[in-house]
Amino acid sequence: MQLPEARGPLSSGVIDALSGRAPLDVDALTHLVGDLPDSTDLLTDDDLHLCLWVMYELHYRGFDGVDPDLEWDPDLLRLRRELEARFEAALRREAEPHVRNVMAAEGDLAERLFDLTARFEGPSVARFVHREATLEQFLELMVHRSIYHLKESDPHSWVIPRISGGPKTALVELQYDEYGGGRPERLHATMFGDSLEGCELDREYGAYVDVVPGYTLAVNNAMSLLGLHRRLRGAGMGHLGAFEATSSIPCRKYAGGVRRLGLPEVVAAYFDEHVEADAVHEQLAFRDICAGLVSSGQAAEEDVVLGATVCLLMDAVAGERMLAAWKEGHSTLRGDAPLRPAPVEAVAS
Amino acid sequence: MRLVGSTPEPVAHGGRDVEVTPCPDGPLLVRGADAVRDEDGQLHPTTRPVVAVCTCDKSQRMPWCDGTHKVLRRRR
Repeated sequence: MQLPEARGPLSSGVIDALSGRAPLDVDALTHLVGDLPDSTDLLTDDDLHLCLWVMYELHYRGFDGVDPDLEWDPDLLRLRRELEARFEAALRREAEPHVRNVMAAEGDLAERLFDLTARFEGPSVARFVHREATLEQFLELMVHRSIYHLKESDPHSWVIPRISGGPKTALVELQYDEYGGGRPERLHATMFGDSLEGCELDREYGAYVDVVPGYTLAVNNAMSLLGLHRRLRGAGMGHLGAFEATSSIPCRKYAGGVRRLGLPEVVAAYFDEHVEADAVHEQLAFRDICAGLVSSGQAAEEDVVLGATVCLLMDAVAGERMLAAWKEGHSTLRGDAPLRPAPVEAVAS
Repeated sequence: MRLVGSTPEPVAHGGRDVEVTPCPDGPLLVRGADAVRDEDGQLHPTTRPVVAVCTCDKSQRMPWCDGTHKVLRRRR
């Protein structure tokens, strides 16, 4: 993957340092993070979230021409901590009333988590795609999703070595299914790549980073934040549970939208697979992993609920932005380059 | 093995133990099954390590759970 284009002083400071164009001025950059204007939306800001996303990506697939050793560069990690602290504080602030409600409710933790996901107020992108999205809007959705789904499940795998016993077994059982159950062609990230190809979109990892807005990068950053800190393992698993529990029914609607738009069956197959798989995964995640972690003393209930809320919050923020843009007839992506290559007949003579 | 009443029957061929776990207000989780036989005797093969078998009878992907029970629960 190529390094993306910078979107402001934070991302340009880090991208320039990674590409070797300029040394990292960590003092100036950490200062900048501390002094972000109050108007900065910490959950969606383009510059902040691109900067954080680039630093996280060093732990996943890295970038062409960037020294892999920079993954553990102390100055980059110091800057990452500053950004993470601001982002995490904002997430906790937004999540707090929801977390308090779930903590105050009575009953089994898994049931309260299912209730949280069922009652959380958020716009339904799935309903829109099912009934009215244009082809172009659906392709935009696939582009947004490509940032996560080409590394589907990877952020939650960071938690595996950090837990033990029954919850670990359940997490690995869930991930084994996500990773294709021993069949590479069933790897969910690969199936998503196939569905991108079915849409005549680019399946290359990171191909669309430059065109997605900050809120889409933030959705991904939230997962990496929770995954990469052992301290947040309970939240990481709460996130996983909420992600799975808000997947089956929406995926059925997405599959319906795909068929309404007349896209190839391989595109719908990806969503069909998730209707079935995630109906299993939500049970494993909330009951065996989340409730299991809390009952065995491996995670605090509050952390699990926080993570579930973070998932729902970030999803709602992104969904609201997308639907608002579409309602006004705008693209949700940056720049105006066409998503698909021009049709052959338009190119000829 | 035969489950109670009209619930589908899991079938395993590899000599594995089939384990069935009911989820409150939700599906049956079945581990180790190669297929599930429905009420009409039709065999539905699977390669998943765990499957969720519908118990609310409203799934659109029978015999597999598709999360519809959650919608029913909300309406109650």
